[in-house]
Parts: sequence; C-alpha cells; structure tokens
Amino acid sequence: MREVHLPKSLKPVLDSLRDLMPIVLVVAAFQLLVIRQPLPNLLDLLLGILFVAIGLSLFIRGLEMGLFPIGQSMAQSFARKGSITWLLLFAFALGFGTTVAEPALIAIADEAARIAAAGNLIHQSTDAMQGYALGLRYTVALSVGVAIVLGVIRILKGWPIHWLIICGYICIIIITEFAPREIIGIAYDSGGVTTSTITVPLVTALGVGLASSIKGRNPMIDGFGLIAFASLTPIMFVMIYGMVVH
Amino acid sequence: MNILQGLLHTGLNTILDVLPIVMIIFGFQFLYLKRPLPNPKKVLLGFAYVLVGLAFFLEGLELALFPLGKTMAAQLTDPGFLGIANADDIHWSDYYWVYAFAFAIGFATTVAEPALLAVAIKANEVSGGTISVWGLRTAVALGVALGLVLGTWRIVTGYPLHWFIISGYAIVVIQTIFAPRMIIALAYDSGGVTTSTVTVPLVAALGLGLASTIPGRSPLIDGFGLIAFASLFPMLTVMAHAQIAHWRSGKKPSLSLEN
Repeated sequence: MREVHLPKSLKPVLDSLRDLMPIVLVVAAFQLLVIRQPLPNLLDLLLGILFVAIGLSLFIRGLEMGLFPIGQSMAQSFARKGSITWLLLFAFALGFGTTVAEPALIAIADEAARIAAAGNLIHQSTDAMQGYALGLRYTVALSVGVAIVLGVIRILKGWPIHWLIICGYICIIIITEFAPREIIGIAYDSGGVTTSTITVPLVTALGVGLASSIKGRNPMIDGFGLIAFASLTPIMFVMIYGMVVH
Repeated sequence: MNILQGLLHTGLNTILDVLPIVMIIFGFQFLYLKRPLPNPKKVLLGFAYVLVGLAFFLEGLELALFPLGKTMAAQLTDPGFLGIANADDIHWSDYYWVYAFAFAIGFATTVAEPALLAVAIKANEVSGGTISVWGLRTAVALGVALGLVLGTWRIVTGYPLHWFIISGYAIVVIQTIFAPRMIIALAYDSGGVTTSTVTVPLVAALGLGLASTIPGRSPLIDGFGLIAFASLFPMLTVMAHAQIAHWRSGKKPSLSLEN
C-alpha cells in the first residue's frame, strides 16, 4: 500500500472520470448520430456525472487510507493464527460488513424498493420502501457472509471449486421453481452487484492469504473462487427473502 | 438548493451504511488482535472520505446515471424514433438500436475496466502465454456485450429470465469439464469482476426503462436481470477463449505451470 497521499491531487478524480469516459462516449455517439434529439436536463446530467466521479474517487481514496490496509493485514493475521472458530467468525463478519456498504447494492436496493412500491407489492410509504430496501441489503449481506465462510472452509479442506459451484446452480434452479416471479430478476441481479468496490479487495486478501499460509494449497487455484461463491449465494437468499416477504 | 439538501440527507444515511464494517474492523482489531490502530489520524480521515464520497456518488447516480439509462431506453424505444405508426405492430427486430446500444455500452465499459486488466495479466502468466492479455480482455468485453444484447432482447420479448440463466449455467458446467483447469477459478471470478460500480446502475436503469416503455412489459417482472446476463456471459466467453487458445497452441499442456 502506498503511504503517500495527496488529497489535493486531481489524479483520483481523473481516474474516476476515465472510468466514466466509455459511458459518456457511447451515449454521446448515440445521441448525436442516432437519436438526434436534445437530451433533457443536460446540466443535471453533467453535474451528476461530476458528482459520481468526485464521490467514487473520494470513496476509494478513503478506503485505501483506512479500511484496506487494516482489513488486509487483519485478514492475513487471521489466516495465519490457528483458531478456526475465530477465522470463520471473521470471514462471516467481513463478508457481511463489506456488502452492507457496497455502493452499487445500496443504489439497486433503493431502486428495487421503488419498483416494488409502484407495482403495489409493498406499501407506497417511505417507511415501507426503506424497510424493503434494507431487508434486501441485509439478506444479500448475510448471504455473502455465508458464502465467504463456505469459501474459507473449502480452502481449508481443499475441496474442488467446481463441484460446489455446480451444487449451487442446482440449488438455484430448485429455489427458482418456488420463488415469486417478481423477485427472480432482482435475485439474479444481486449476484453480480455484490462483488465490487469494497468486497473484492478485502475478500481476495483473505483468500490469497489463507491459500498461501496452508501447505499444499496453490494461491492461484485455491485463493480465487471466494468471489464466485459470493455471487451465487445472494441469488438463493434473495429468492427466499422474496418468498417470505411477498 | 435541492441538490444540497439531497447531499446532506444522503450523507446522513451513509453513516448507517458504513457503520457495520467500521464496527467489525475496529471490534476485531481491539478485542481479538488487541493491537492499537496504526496511524489513527489517517484512518479517521479515510473514513470521512468514504462517507462524503458515498454521499456524492449516490447523489450523482440519482442525478445522472439513473435518468440517463431511462432516457436512453425511452428514446430508443419511442415509436416515433422507430418510424412505426401503430405501436401494436412492433416486432422485436425493430428495436435494433436498443441491441446496438446495449452492445456498445457493454463492450466499452468492460474493455476500459482497470480491474479486468489486472485479471488479464494474471491469466497470461498462469497460462504460460497461451492466453494473451488483449485476447482475454476482448473475450470478457465481448461476453458482457453479448450478454447485454441477449438480456435486452429478453426484456423486449418477455421470455422468463430463469430459462436463459439456467441454460447458461448448463453451458458453464459443460465447458468446465473441457476447459484447462488453471483457467476455471479465474473464469468463474471474471463474471463478478466485470460489472463495475459505475456500470451496474446505468445497466439497471436501462433495463427498467426498457421494461416500462415497451408495450406489454412490466418493470416489476421484466426490468431486472441485465446484470445477471452481464455476469454470466463472461464466464462462457473466457472459458471458450481459453479452450480455443489451448487448441491453437498445439495442445501444449497448460497444466505444467501449476507450481
């Protein structure tokens, strides 16, 4: 981790703007060449894009200054220290805590609550919507916690990853049969949403740290795969959440 | 003024979002590892950055990316834009600009994704050079792009989402049997890595916008699912790419680099 930090430097903002560049270019090309209509609220859009760039760069900068170094060194010390109970407890807490703060998940859960309220699935009140969004996020967070625990057990035992993944697929297919139609889309999407800015670096540190401190494990083969679990369990858990709530 | 109020409101809410992870990290640090915090000033400043950044990001999404996805969906499906007078006569193939947009967004955002470059370099090392960095990046980007095209087509036609995803799983399982072993975990992870924090909201808004403007579709049932496609398809294309690279290299065993 680099020690130097330059809060005044524009580099992180430029990095985030570079991430947004493809979207801006593609949208601009379609607007100018294909649609050829004036975009409504262009000023708001540009301001919003600037907000996204500033927000994302501050967010990542902040993570790199505090959370990432502590979390990574902690993951490594837990991986080396013996106690399996503590290791599993930490693995669960790490998966749960990082997912609750995942920005993309916050945005999608709010959007899902709005859609559910508009479709009269839940009450059209702010309380009901916030409750639904929060329930969704905690369900996903719980499932990621379980996934990381499972993934850690897999690394400890050396089970081959594809068998577990295939079992996961079969479970998803069975649960889909019983889940209400309205939840299936959100459930399947939540698998891809969970694993981004915060979760990936911390969880990968835990996986690679574990795999390299156990004899006979290859960090390349055994260290990866935690993310793959974390994108499967949310699908099951959210469908079950839908069965309970709807 | 409205925007400032929104920022403040979102800012207060983000404290609750970040609280669990803060408690977990500090809790384990003090209670289990019993170590003092290294550089506490910098860590606290970092948390302040995280809070303010999250507030700006979420507010920016509401201002820009969500409306942008919905506006694009509405404009590209407008019967006037399609040049069709009677909205009942629209065939799924009339929405070709929607598919083109989905492809372009998927490809462009993925190829430029920094996380993917890191994965591609790793894959190149693991495969002993048979899988080129650019080849893998193109494979993943193509996967996301094709996934989004199929995903938007599904919203237009209204077929059940789980048919597609479950068939996709079946293909993944079959490919897993034949793919070089070193690439499997990487391919599985590549599905999750590609959908970045910026792409997810835009793509979600595009799907919801499509489902609410296309006649006969409901956002509740058809609106979600694009992200699922975007995370499934890279697995297929990465394994396919590894398989092809493996054959081309004259069956040079890629397992020899296991240590």
